[in-house]
Amino acid sequence: MRNFVERHTFWAFVILVSVAVFLWMIFAIWPEWLIDGLGRKKTFVKTFLNGVTLGGLYFLVASGFTLVFGLMRNVNLAHGSMYLLGAYIGYEVAELSGNWFLGLAIAFLAIAASGVLLQVLVFRRMEGDDLRQTLVTIGISIIAADLMLATWTGTTYQFTPPDWLYGATQLPIISVIKSSGTAVYIKYPVYRLMVLLVAITVGLGLWLFLNRTKIGMMIRAGVNDREMLAASGVNVQLVFALVFAIGAGLAGFAGVIGGTALSIAPGEDVRYLLASLVVVIVGGLGSVSGAAIGALLIGLAEQFGLAYFPTYGVVLTFLIMVVVLAVRPQGLMGGR
Amino acid sequence: MDTRALFSGSTSLSNIHPAIIVTAVFLLAYPSFASDFFIFQIGAYSLILGTIALSLMMLAGYGGMVSLAQLTAAGMAGYLVAILGENSVGVMGLGWPWWLTVVSAVLGAAIFSAFVGAISVRTEGIYTIMITLAIAVAFFYFVRQNYVLFNGFTGFAGVEPPTLFGVYWRDPTPFYYLSLVIAGGFVWAVFYASRSTFGLSLQAIRDNPRRMRALGYNVTLHRVAAYFFSGLIAGTAGVLLVWFNGRISPGSVGVDVVIDILVIAVVGGMRHPVGPFLGAIAFVLLENFAIDLIDRERFNTVIGIAFLLVVLFSPDGLLGIWNRIRSKIRFGRSGQQGASRRTGDDRQSAESSDNVKTQEEV
Repeated sequence: MRNFVERHTFWAFVILVSVAVFLWMIFAIWPEWLIDGLGRKKTFVKTFLNGVTLGGLYFLVASGFTLVFGLMRNVNLAHGSMYLLGAYIGYEVAELSGNWFLGLAIAFLAIAASGVLLQVLVFRRMEGDDLRQTLVTIGISIIAADLMLATWTGTTYQFTPPDWLYGATQLPIISVIKSSGTAVYIKYPVYRLMVLLVAITVGLGLWLFLNRTKIGMMIRAGVNDREMLAASGVNVQLVFALVFAIGAGLAGFAGVIGGTALSIAPGEDVRYLLASLVVVIVGGLGSVSGAAIGALLIGLAEQFGLAYFPTYGVVLTFLIMVVVLAVRPQGLMGGR
Repeated sequence: MDTRALFSGSTSLSNIHPAIIVTAVFLLAYPSFASDFFIFQIGAYSLILGTIALSLMMLAGYGGMVSLAQLTAAGMAGYLVAILGENSVGVMGLGWPWWLTVVSAVLGAAIFSAFVGAISVRTEGIYTIMITLAIAVAFFYFVRQNYVLFNGFTGFAGVEPPTLFGVYWRDPTPFYYLSLVIAGGFVWAVFYASRSTFGLSLQAIRDNPRRMRALGYNVTLHRVAAYFFSGLIAGTAGVLLVWFNGRISPGSVGVDVVIDILVIAVVGGMRHPVGPFLGAIAFVLLENFAIDLIDRERFNTVIGIAFLLVVLFSPDGLLGIWNRIRSKIRFGRSGQQGASRRTGDDRQSAESSDNVKTQEEV
């Protein structure tokens, strides 16, 4: 971080100023001219919060994707299918048992197991041939999407989260002050804030796991030099299977979290695959912190695009990708 | 193909393989004995899909760049035809004359493709697939969201080819011949270009970009130019496709269709311009007649399994299977020649196993 400030003083300054302006826009009471220019403050703050929470969800999905790539150089284009399958499995379990948390846990475990199966049965056989691996994951995602459509039909499903996650809470952010002098506070759904909290927890957990444990050390060593790791007596295949389990499990986990925040329907797999792709292209393939930054950027871009220029929203996301590719082809945090 | 013919730069009539003549005669005579359904829905449709897949084959086979945005380029041309020309929806439809519409649509698609290339060539290998897939999906969401230019979810209908020389070009037989001429022309062009200086340097760049850069070749420019040419092919096919369907909507550029094109190219084989057409014929036949074998609803599962089997067991697709059978027959006849031929044919797989080997050595 200090390195960045020293090397790019100008850009660090620009980032600092824009963050300051952003914070001011969120906490201050808006003067008339700003309301004239941008509309009501409530819209702005809610869009911002939506963007951040969506970014959290994208991070949950993309972190698994980027983790798997970082170690195995394997672009798993079936990641979106894993998200959707996790959501469906979680839904079934939660409906049967009446326990949302059980659904979450089973979704994680089931998708993690499917990830291990994929790694052992398919990818191990074609190591080093990344184009073929990618084609295989495309084939799997075609079949998975079709079979899921056959099993769960085209209906939209909606989770019922636990009661205490229901409803909205009041945030300490004033939206307007009425003429009578009473301040109106902004309300926001509790569950959405929970998503953000979970994403931050998972992010921190991943960071601790990768940087503070022995297995994490092996994984990082594997990212840098796979052959050397194998030569030093580590069972690389076991590490691969473990990482694939975590990466896939995170996709299933995100399926339940995202399915509760939004809804589950066919086609969601493609949406989250696109999100993961763009997030890791922007953030840098293989970097978990890059995934966090990319997810935040893309989540915000998507929500602000939706709110302020509805029919050109996607273009904003796309522009971010193009600009990053033009300036830093390896992604914001990707090192090569 | 014979290596000598490959590098001599010219072909005389006597060099043409008899199989090519037989195929050409069959394709030309096809409408005289097939029904309208087979001419239009099977014949013309396979030719169009094959042409789009050909543009992918050209990029992937000769350039080593697997772009998933080829159908998107074709869709771009289709949308441009509907926007610049005439449609029955009442949105856009600027009513330009047909020739101007077609030329602008094809050029627009080529420029779009070159733009995709310019974005994705800065990175290599597996990144290309990801970036082009992201672009394809983003294009799908964009046309679905945007009502001003692309008429959103509904898209455009009533897009028709012009009536020229007293022929209505959407009638099965004229449309079939139109598709055949275009497809045949592009197959020849791609084959010819693969032996030109440009094609050879493109293949050299595929094999070793660093060495080519060191030799003074502009690697990026070659790649972007390849994207531009493939955009011309895809765009022309896209114009045909929108005439074929008479309509275009976000569903026509959706992810499943994008993947279908990849499936066609991979199943057919990416080593020769004919491969994509084999894949397209197999795909269209399966699409139309899978209903007799299994539930029509599960068509995608069948396609997915077929694709998986090809990727897992015959990386060179149908063409690869054919080559293997042929070399086995030759192997029976004269051992040495067949063996040397095989190693030549399997260059790519040999190279990838080499990679693994060097990695293991390191």
